[in-house]
Amino acid sequence: MSRARQLISFRASFGLSILLLTGIVWAIDPTPPFDDASLEKNYQELINEVRCLVCQNQTIADSNAPLASDLRREIHQMMGDGASRPEVVEFLVSRYGDFVLYRPPFHSKTWVLWGAPVFLLAFGFLIFSRILKARMKQPLGEYEVLDEMTP
Amino acid sequence: MMWRYLMPLGIFIVLTAFFVKGLSLNPRYVPSPLLGKPAPEFELPRLKDPNSKLGNIDFEGQVALFNVWATWCVGCRQEHSFLVELSQENNIPIYGLNWKDDRDAALDWLSSLGDPYVGSAFDEIGDTAIDWGVYGAPETFLLASDGTVLYKHIAPLTREIWTSEFLPRIIAECGTLPCLELDN
Repeated sequence: MSRARQLISFRASFGLSILLLTGIVWAIDPTPPFDDASLEKNYQELINEVRCLVCQNQTIADSNAPLASDLRREIHQMMGDGASRPEVVEFLVSRYGDFVLYRPPFHSKTWVLWGAPVFLLAFGFLIFSRILKARMKQPLGEYEVLDEMTP
Repeated sequence: MMWRYLMPLGIFIVLTAFFVKGLSLNPRYVPSPLLGKPAPEFELPRLKDPNSKLGNIDFEGQVALFNVWATWCVGCRQEHSFLVELSQENNIPIYGLNWKDDRDAALDWLSSLGDPYVGSAFDEIGDTAIDWGVYGAPETFLLASDGTVLYKHIAPLTREIWTSEFLPRIIAECGTLPCLELDN
């Protein structure tokens, strides 16, 4: 590797590491973290499971949309006032619906969603066992015929 | 052995049905859990007069529109001329929720583009918007005279949507237009 190239790759990796470091800084809100470590952990866990409806593939912990920051503030305040996790989830769902949760609850509208992987896996096993059974019935003699055909 | 050949076809048909349905849905549209429920309560300072309040009491007893808008919202500018038109037809009172906006900019907007609102509430920090499940302006709620949320439209309001989605619901609710002159 030439010296110039080395320098470029050094610069690129240096720039990348700086960029990765700033990622931590972006997520900070004006509200200070909770003093209680377990409360802070619960808060972080929860905001990492709530969808930001503006940038739908981001959680509100990831998103810097104004609505995400508003929701973080609201959740932070509720939890600071002693609201439990189910209470905060109920607060969000009653306003935005199940879609706001990355882990939607199991009920009449979501059973297909939760059941599909199980169903597909069972279906896969069914096909697999049928193929296996069919193969086991095949007489071994067929392979010898194939051998004779090769010169 | 017929099923061996029919099964891929079956799977294909099922998948296609899912795709046809799934890909024609708008992922930006998130149905509101508020439909058919009482509108969330709020009381906020009015945009034009910070000393007086606007809240659910102002809607009471009338079928009304509640429109979430802001000067930073492009779609709001797009629908604004229609809202002004609608307000001139005088069929339904339009209330506004000025969402996370700058008061001066909002007042400027109303004086230069026209003011379709009976009154606008000024939601500076966005708490009321969260209570109403607002996630992207413009949003327009249709409220019944008893304060129930009848319908919510997310995206700029147009004449077509007004005619196809709002009018039938309003007529079902209060019989005839304008709803304004109903005696309570």
